Amino acid sequence: MLTRRQMLLGAAGGWLTRRSMAQAPAETLESLPGKAQLIRRAGRPPNYETPLAGLVPAFTANRDFFVRYHLAVIPELDPRTWSLEIGGASARRPYRISLTQLRRDFEPAELTAVNQCSGNRRGLFAPRVPGVQWGNGAMGNARWRGARLRDVLHRADLAPEALEVWCDGADGPVIPTTPDFVKSLPLERALDESTLIAYEMNGAPLPHLNGAPARLVVPGWTGTYWMKHLTQLRVEPTACESFWMKSAYRVPAGAFKGSRFASQDNPDTVPITDILVNSLITSHVDGARVRADAGESLAGKAWDNGAGIDVVEYSVDGRRSWRAAQLGRDLGRFGWREFAVSLRDVPRGAVEVAVRARSRDGSQQPEKLTVNPAGYHDNRVQSVRLEIA
Amino acid sequence: MSVPRALPLLALCIAAPLRAAEPPPLREGPGREVTQTNCAVCHSVEYIPMNAPAMDRVGWQKSVQKMRERFGAPLSEADAQVVLDYLSVNYAGKGG
Repeated sequence: MLTRRQMLLGAAGGWLTRRSMAQAPAETLESLPGKAQLIRRAGRPPNYETPLAGLVPAFTANRDFFVRYHLAVIPELDPRTWSLEIGGASARRPYRISLTQLRRDFEPAELTAVNQCSGNRRGLFAPRVPGVQWGNGAMGNARWRGARLRDVLHRADLAPEALEVWCDGADGPVIPTTPDFVKSLPLERALDESTLIAYEMNGAPLPHLNGAPARLVVPGWTGTYWMKHLTQLRVEPTACESFWMKSAYRVPAGAFKGSRFASQDNPDTVPITDILVNSLITSHVDGARVRADAGESLAGKAWDNGAGIDVVEYSVDGRRSWRAAQLGRDLGRFGWREFAVSLRDVPRGAVEVAVRARSRDGSQQPEKLTVNPAGYHDNRVQSVRLEIA
Repeated sequence: MSVPRALPLLALCIAAPLRAAEPPPLREGPGREVTQTNCAVCHSVEYIPMNAPAMDRVGWQKSVQKMRERFGAPLSEADAQVVLDYLSVNYAGKGG
């Protein structure tokens, strides 16, 4: 195994400063079946994030897309025999459907959306908090195609008292005493036209490790709701009591902006829901050397919960004054937005370039981290130190 | 997915041929074998060093308790104590 440190040093000796080297968590690159080399955070259950280079293209390639599992039994499902069960106490006409029927019976919908793990950047928290120590790469942007969840649910003739949709996938625990990964959605979110049962990602069938043959896509909400290897949907009049709803994936009540998920609220904590406005510099790493006359741009991505990116700003004077970066093509409100800053206009020498995004809903990346026990929602303003010659 | 109780552990492990390389071994020390044997039933032991910077004895105590009570790890009281002592001595990096 080649560590990322070795690779960076080998490829560009001295590219990273000693200081940033000391701060960077150890990184090991490894390829899983069907995947390019990803940064291994843990092997079983597999948790692998996308290296920065994989986040440069407008769409994150399927082979570069991050892998996140809670439980270690991950069966490879045969798309010819896979089926999805739609039932529950509030489904008056429960049914089961094959992949062929899912593709044929429902009008396909396609959209671009960022899938971001709730814990993306947890490894950047100070003080550190337990959990998978993700860097910036537990996220990606893809074009998803599938059936609208609402169409699939409506066929089951929902009763008026329906409250939540409980979702289960084929991956499961090693021992039967471990709680299965089951998540729920509030009915209104399940019936939102953007919520999909996706069977394609970037024009190809879903990779096994991203949820084949079908997964939920819940644009604007964090990845925990995007159930992989989907096998069962239960429409229920009561709140799902799963460990993964009641204990995990929760944030302190009132700490963050986000859609309400009232049936899962309690006085102290609420379920994590919306992705917060955020950005990432993908063109340069800390300590990079740049020639001012080379025509380079500092570039990256900005994204939010689907309100849409209003502006991306940059500062080269210690975050005192800000100027607008150039925005790239609009890929749809749930996709990320590319931005660029010409480095020709930036003063020479040692320069720290900070970038912050603002959403059309008025929210903006903060300077300070809102510390929370599970290490979610790090959307602090980031910067890179450049040596511009 | 519901897991039939009759299926042996081995068969379930084979169901997920991910070919991830073996993680580095845990540090030498009293309790290493008990820790390795019990924790690796459900997850590779690299989760331990990964979390070390966030952990002190209290943190590991909560973690071991969570594994037993929430995740159903079949760990005896005595073994849980051995695991806790091992982790606290070897992988408590909080504030370090």
